[in-house]
Amino acid sequence: VSRSIGDAADAVQDAYRHEWARVVAATARYAGDLDLAEECAQDAFVTALETWPHAGVPASPGAWLTTTARRKAIDHLRRASTLRGKLPLLVEPDGSDNDAEEESVIADDTLRLVFTCCHPAIAPETQSALTLRLVCGVPTSDIARLFLVSESTMAARITRGKRKIQVARIPFAMPQQQDLEQRLDAALTVIHLFFTAGYTATTGGDLVNREVTVRAIALGRQLHALLPEQHEVAGLLAVMLLTDARRAARVDVAGDLVLLEDQDRALWDLDQVAEGRALAELALTGPRPFGRFALQAAIAAVHSGPRATDTDWSVVVGLYDQLLEVWPSPVVALNRAVAIAMVDGPSAGLDAVSALRGDAALSHYHYLPAVEADLLRRQGNWAASAEHYRQALTRVQNDVERRFLQARLAEVTSMGEGSRHGR
Amino acid sequence: MAQYMYLIFDDESAMATATEEDWQMMLKAHNDFQQKVADLGGTIVHGDALAPSSTATSVRGQLSGAPAVTDGPFAETKEALGGFYVIEAADLDQAIAFAKILPTNGGVEVRPVIDTSGG
Repeated sequence: VSRSIGDAADAVQDAYRHEWARVVAATARYAGDLDLAEECAQDAFVTALETWPHAGVPASPGAWLTTTARRKAIDHLRRASTLRGKLPLLVEPDGSDNDAEEESVIADDTLRLVFTCCHPAIAPETQSALTLRLVCGVPTSDIARLFLVSESTMAARITRGKRKIQVARIPFAMPQQQDLEQRLDAALTVIHLFFTAGYTATTGGDLVNREVTVRAIALGRQLHALLPEQHEVAGLLAVMLLTDARRAARVDVAGDLVLLEDQDRALWDLDQVAEGRALAELALTGPRPFGRFALQAAIAAVHSGPRATDTDWSVVVGLYDQLLEVWPSPVVALNRAVAIAMVDGPSAGLDAVSALRGDAALSHYHYLPAVEADLLRRQGNWAASAEHYRQALTRVQNDVERRFLQARLAEVTSMGEGSRHGR
Repeated sequence: MAQYMYLIFDDESAMATATEEDWQMMLKAHNDFQQKVADLGGTIVHGDALAPSSTATSVRGQLSGAPAVTDGPFAETKEALGGFYVIEAADLDQAIAFAKILPTNGGVEVRPVIDTSGG
């Protein structure tokens, strides 16, 4: 069967999405140098673009790309070692990557790459950048946009990270058993951050950067397949699946934001909801206290019933109480306040929020004034509500969320005028 | 294998009031540490304690042609550089494993030593 040029290009694109990590990781294991591995992987994809249209798409694109990248790395290392007058001691790749025996090696390579990028000796903001670049193959310019820094800043950050890995000899290896839990937590944090960044694109016109969320979920799936006994991995995958399942219902036909309670749940991806719920249950079979991803999965699962009225908010408050114990973050406390308001009314919610007002971590976060504005609105305190919506509007960066807040501001402003006129 | 420098930062006031017995305990702790490193496959290249930072002298401005000599450590920190090791380890994970069992009341900075022997 002869394939058209377009088919070949699609196959390269598809391989880039699914096989990038494997190609980089397998080449890195061979070459012992991430920079070189990345460069050779890129070259291999270029070679694929040139050859596949006429030679046909290979039966196993991933194996083909890996072999090609490794050959390039070996050529490079041979040249370098010849220059230094040393004997090359490198093994020629035999291209036998596609047999079943190699599958576990490929998976382990990817995992090793994730753990290398998320090593605690690397700064957290560099960990996520390196993971996106090396494991997910996201272009540096896109990573820069995702984290709101200039491309040159991001390029420098990634270079610094790769240099640290090389100079300090961060091993391309699985963590020791006693370190696994802590190291895994760092990796899960990076993937979750990555997902969140994609799910509410921080700037711009679209609410969701679909490409980013798809890659984050794919990475979560890989981790879960490799470490099925880790409850937190199951929890993270559940959180991502349950959250992502709502994507079609999150904006209306006009592209405006629809809140969870108002969403048409028939639009949800119900297969994904079922899968997410099963994973959440699995995550909650672990020992107590539950981890933060297991608890977030449980919260997402409680919110995933067929109707918004099915949500038992007192259960949600209880889960947030547990979450706050293991993860004392002001964002968690803010979400807990929202749940409290659903159980005990807006005044109780406002009481819970008041403790967070001076928190430096929330000072640029539009969600804090937006929550206060909503609770005040529900109290019928129109003027104060409008004031908080205005404050939230000065902080919001996503256009879809901005339109939502503007609509709410208009609503409470007109209610305020109505009540004044009625007086 | 690669060499790492361990810069040990301690609370000096605790050192200043240390008794002879405290010193003996510290010495034993370091002997135990060195034994453990060897057991775990590391090689101690060098290591020593430093006199307190009050005895330090800093010399700066070498390129100016008129270097200035001042009293005190190069950087004033709450915890002062009090000792060091140079240890050969397989990689950063092993180097960190050694740092975790290094006896100190403060902390330790681990830095790769660049191999300048050529190649």
